[in-house]
Amino acid sequence: MSEEFKIEIVNPEKSFLVKEDVSEVVVPAFEGEMGILKDHISIISFLKPGIIKVSSKSGDENYYVEDGIVEFKNNNLSILTSSIYNLSDMDKSVQQDLLKKAEGEAGKSDINDQTKYLVDQKIEVLKTLN
Amino acid sequence: MASLDDLKKRIASVKSTQKITKAMKMVAAAKLRKAQESAEKGRPYSEKMNNVILNLSSGISDKENAPKLLAGTGQDKVHLCVVMTSDRGLCGGFNSNIIKKAKSYFSKILDENKELKIITVGSKGNDQLKRTYGNKIIENISFKESKNANYFDADKVGKIIIEKFEAGDFDICTIFYNKFKNVITQIPQAQQIIPLNDEGNENSSDESYEFEPDEDEILSNLLPKNISTQIFKAMLENSASEQGSRMSAMDNATRNAGEMVDKLTIEYNRSRQAAITKELIEIISGAESL
Repeated sequence: MSEEFKIEIVNPEKSFLVKEDVSEVVVPAFEGEMGILKDHISIISFLKPGIIKVSSKSGDENYYVEDGIVEFKNNNLSILTSSIYNLSDMDKSVQQDLLKKAEGEAGKSDINDQTKYLVDQKIEVLKTLN
Repeated sequence: MASLDDLKKRIASVKSTQKITKAMKMVAAAKLRKAQESAEKGRPYSEKMNNVILNLSSGISDKENAPKLLAGTGQDKVHLCVVMTSDRGLCGGFNSNIIKKAKSYFSKILDENKELKIITVGSKGNDQLKRTYGNKIIENISFKESKNANYFDADKVGKIIIEKFEAGDFDICTIFYNKFKNVITQIPQAQQIIPLNDEGNENSSDESYEFEPDEDEILSNLLPKNISTQIFKAMLENSASEQGSRMSAMDNATRNAGEMVDKLTIEYNRSRQAAITKELIEIISGAESL
């Protein structure tokens, strides 16, 4: 029996990635990293800034996301996100820009704890990329 | 009757107008293809988003404590209408169709003695509405600088709406835009986004989900995003409709100009011939009298 399921990543502009043969996906869910295999229970969760790792026959792919929603149902994994980058063709300069923006946001005094937490996460992840 | 010279000038000017409308049609056709493509590409996102929310909201047990963006404030006194139009003219009935739809909705609300607030997106709508409803317009947003509809602009509009909702400025929010059906047909739409209208809820499944974090938190995070998404969808549909509408309007204009040139040319030739005949008669009768 095949151990593969379908993944679909969409952003507002277009369908970013559709794959039928993924064996495992690791997503940075709100309450910690979450690995999803075939026949996982139906779940809805949020993403925090981090790396999505998609494993399939053709190898592993890594994507950087800043936010989003994951829905898993009937072996269909949908990820809705407004900002996603493929790590393999992501420029250093893009990373630097994002990092700078995040650091600028973190420096503001009027943000609440939750946004602060998210921004800190963002900075942490971006730093490990470099 | 106009003189030969006048007719000649007229023909030349109609011809140059025809050239312009023809060029505008070509440009609109090229832009239409792109806009249509992005409208179609953007659909999965808003559909998925809608599905997730429908699944979530069907899972909520006590409707009383549901987030206000979903359930509404329980009143319908103050209506906010977001009228989305284009920034440029010369696109046929595109803007007037939205405005007509919006105006009939406005007068219905005012007849029921409810309060009306208007946000216009795009300068053409503002121009048309400020004469009659000038004091009701609370904000005018325009994205003249952005070349294409993009999510950040939509997010901006969404944030303004949510801010006003949280400040208790209105109870019900409706957006007006043109839905793109095909090049000749665009349907003006009124879509209620706050509180969320759960029409077509039948396809939501009864399947239970696991939530992480809990339902309420997910919903309260998701609903504002959904507002922006719906606005973005409306913007994409609108820009495709605008180009489609402009294309058919300019096609008509080009055809009309062609007909006019034909008519004027016939008139020109006729009067030219009449002048020649007149001259000949003069010469012949002059020769005869000798």
